[in-house]
This record gives sequence, C-alpha cells and structure tokens, in this order.
Amino acid sequence: MNDSAPLLEVQDVSLSFDGVRALDRVGFDVRGGEVCAIIGPNGAGKSSLLNVVSGLYRAGAGSVRFEGREISRAKELSALGIARTFQNLALFRGMSVLENIELGSDFRGRATFLEQAFRLGRAPREERRSRDDAREILALLEIAKHKSEIVGRLPYGLQKRVELGRALAPRPKLLLLDEPMAGMTFDEKRDMCRFIIHAHERLGTTLVLIEHDLGVVMDLSDHVIVLDHGRKIADGTAEAVRNDPAVIEAYVGNFLD
Amino acid sequence: MAFLLEVLIGGLLAGIMYTMVALGFVLIYKASGVFNFAQGAMVLFAALTFVTLSEHGLAFPWALAASVAVMLALGVTIERVVLRPLVNAAPMALFLATLGLAFVLEGFAQLIYGTQVHGLELGISDAPIRSLPIEVSKLDLFAAGVAAALVAALGVLFQTTRAGVGLRAVADDPVAAVAVGLDLQRLWAIAWGGAGVVALVAGLLWGARVGVQFSLSLVVLKALPVLIIGGFSSIGGVIAGGLIVGASEKLAEVYVGSHVGGGIETWFPYVLAVGFLIARPTGLFGERLVERV
Repeated sequence: MNDSAPLLEVQDVSLSFDGVRALDRVGFDVRGGEVCAIIGPNGAGKSSLLNVVSGLYRAGAGSVRFEGREISRAKELSALGIARTFQNLALFRGMSVLENIELGSDFRGRATFLEQAFRLGRAPREERRSRDDAREILALLEIAKHKSEIVGRLPYGLQKRVELGRALAPRPKLLLLDEPMAGMTFDEKRDMCRFIIHAHERLGTTLVLIEHDLGVVMDLSDHVIVLDHGRKIADGTAEAVRNDPAVIEAYVGNFLD
Repeated sequence: MAFLLEVLIGGLLAGIMYTMVALGFVLIYKASGVFNFAQGAMVLFAALTFVTLSEHGLAFPWALAASVAVMLALGVTIERVVLRPLVNAAPMALFLATLGLAFVLEGFAQLIYGTQVHGLELGISDAPIRSLPIEVSKLDLFAAGVAAALVAALGVLFQTTRAGVGLRAVADDPVAAVAVGLDLQRLWAIAWGGAGVVALVAGLLWGARVGVQFSLSLVVLKALPVLIIGGFSSIGGVIAGGLIVGASEKLAEVYVGSHVGGGIETWFPYVLAVGFLIARPTGLFGERLVERV
C-alpha cells in the first residue's frame, strides 16, 4: 500500500433518523498505523459515525472507503480486516474466554464440516493456528489465567478486555473501539490504556476510538476529530485540537446549556 | 421387584423415543430461538419419503441416503423461503409461520405420497427378547442405541466443528455473532438441515413402531412435555426430559392407573409438565431468563 494513501477514507457522510440529522456531511481520513480518536459532547453523533463506518447503519449520503474499496455491508468487514468492539459488549457470555477469542478469528477457517468432525485435512492445522493466535492475544492482554472461565461470570472490566481480545484475534488492520473505557474504575482504565497501546505497538493495528475521558484521548491519540451536533468542528493533532476555539466553545457551551 | 424394573426400563426406553422427536426442536430453538411447530410434520414427511422410496424397490442404504438428502434440502429450503424473509420479526410471527408450515408440509405430503398407512420394516422385531431376565423389546434397545449414537454425533459436531461452535455462538449472542463475522443465515440453514435429519431418524423409529401414517405428526404433542421438563435449549435436558416422561407415564399407568380405571398414560406427562411450569418454568436444564437491569 502506498504510504501516503489513507487506510480509511470517510467522505461527506450524512445520516438522519426520521428527519433528525445525526450526521451532517462528515468526512475524515485515517492513515495506516495511526491512533485516531473521535470525541464530542453527548449526542454529537460519535456512535452513529462508528456505526456507519462499520456498516451497521447505511449512510443517507457519502461514502466510506477502506484501502480504496467502498464498504457497505457489515458482514464483509471481518474479511476485509476491520474489527470493532461495542459500547454494550458483544460477547458470547455463556462460553469460555478462549472460545470467545477463537471465535473472533473463526471466519478465516476454510476446512469443511467433515474435515473438522474427523480432524483430517486442513482442520488440525487451522485449529493449531487459531489456538496459537489466541494464546498470543491472551498473553498480550494478560487474561491467560482466565481462559477457561465463562465470560458472563467475569467482572465487567475483564469482560471489556475479553471483547478487545475477540476483536484483535483475527489481527485486523483497523480496529474500531466504541468507548473502550466506559464504566471502568480508575485502575481498570489505566490497564485498558496499556493494553490498547500494546495492541497498537506490537500488532501494528490502526485504531479509531470513541472516548469520553479527554485525558485518555489526549495521551493515546495521534489524531483527534471533534464532532458537535452531527458536524465535524475540528480535525488535527491532540495539541491543535485542544487549543481550537470552536472545540472549547462546544464543550464549554454544552456545560452551560 | 422384577416387574417394577421391567416397567421402569420399558418406560425409559419409550422415553428415548420421545427424546428423538424433541431433539429436532432443540436444534432449531438453540440456533434461532424459533419454536418449530412443523417438526412433527417433518418427522412424517421424512418417514413417508423413506417408505415410498423403499416401496419402489430402493435398497435400505440407498433409500436412507436419498431421504437424508431430501430432508437436508427441505431444511435449507424452509430456512430460505419461510424464515429468511421474517428475520427480526416477533417470535409469535415466527411461531405462526412454522404452524402454517406444518399444514403446508402435511398437505404436500398427502399430495405426493397419498394417504395410505404404510408398514415400515427395519428388520428389527418389536417383540421382547426372551433370553434376558426381564423382557425388553429389541426395537426399543435398537432405538436407544441409535439415539445414543445421534447424541454423540451431535456432541462432536457442536464441540469440534466451526459450524457447531458457530451455532453455539449464535445461540449465545446473535449480535456478537454478527460482530465476529459469522454467517447467521448459513448457520440457520445448517440447523434446519440438521433438524431435518433428526426428524428422519425419529420418523423411521416411530414408523417402525406405529406404522407410517398421518397421526405420526402428532408425536410432537408428546415431545412438548419433554421440552417443558428438559428445557428448550439443552440437548442434555431433553434426554433427561424424555426419560422422565417415559418412565413416569408407564409407572403411573401401572401403579396409579389401576386404581382409577386406567388410561392415564396418555395425559400424565402433561400434568407433570404443568407441575414443572409452575415450579421451574425454564425446565431442568434450560437457561434461566435472568435479565440484568
């Protein structure tokens, strides 16, 4: 891939719900290897934007391109190399941590039903690969000791970590994180930050994240996009955005409302 | 004492026959949350297909293979034609769709196979084995063996194959399943195809016992108490449920029925099921409906 071409290109995306405009001609680029944060007050359209990028919502206008190809359907995403986590955890709560993480990369398998049932042909090799990949993720996120536990019985902070693991398992090129630290304690947040940085540095994953905690965002991100009332009001480095009068106005203005 | 044992074992073996029917429900319920009222019609359709092919001179293995193919195709077609357009519809709409499907399937079976009663000979007699200390029907023992093999095969498929793990995952959380890129429609088609094959096995065993006729689709009614007692979403549950229903109805018939004029075998399981509904609505092994608020 050409170094100068962006990994993700979002162009003029608009989205309405029954006449209420959630996104108004929002566009931005994310380059390969970058950590990009989307911030903004409540109701600014952050989650809507992430849902459009991950194909869950269909934009009324505009386009989303990944590696130059237009994306439209949610089910193509994993095969393209995009993974995401959800604000309210999408996990298999009745299954073990290891099974959850293995399921994350499951769609890559090619062995047929019969090969798997009788452990022939491609099945054992694929099984080994998926197990090795899962082990690496378990170690990276420091959840190896919980691998046989049922996810639904783990504390919330750990469940969030399992979901991150599930999303990282297929080694996506782009990972979308919807409020990865929402509802966490201070210690859990600090750990989560560390794991996100590890994923970024060791696996080379490009990240797009939504986060409320501005301290976290400013520390983690190379690139910050600010939304307010469905419009993009700022786009630049953390430093530049922090001093942007429009951003200060949006945040302070919302406090006063 | 030997008599009690004989009644008990006879009941347990009869219960396995109920379990075979209930298994088809569980496969579909687990994967898609649909209560498939047409499972009984599928049992009938499968048995009629096999019998008709046999009567046209097909040898047992070929007739069996052809029937498996027909049931797989039927299951996949039902998923494609009936359920896919109803994705995200209310559970009641899906249930009613399967109710309609039951009538369509029965009518279709009458149209192509006619309405005669067919005998089905699996080559195993329903007569008791004399050499054992207690009398046990050979067919019952055979059915138990088939059921054990079927459950073991399902267990292997659910634990080791991608489709099996995928089906468990979809049953657990459909949203997460989409998030990891599982193909829900393909998995549902697999569940329906599997339920079709289970229906064939149940149809052959029941057909060998009572003959292949339209009342065969009513065996679903006996599967209901099994499902209520065992739970709709657990394979282990319907095994236990089937055994409980089979054993209790026979014991009740012999030891209680004689005091009240008999015939309680036909309704006893439903009374038991109502008792379970009051005491344990999710069944012995069903997932408890706990919603975090």
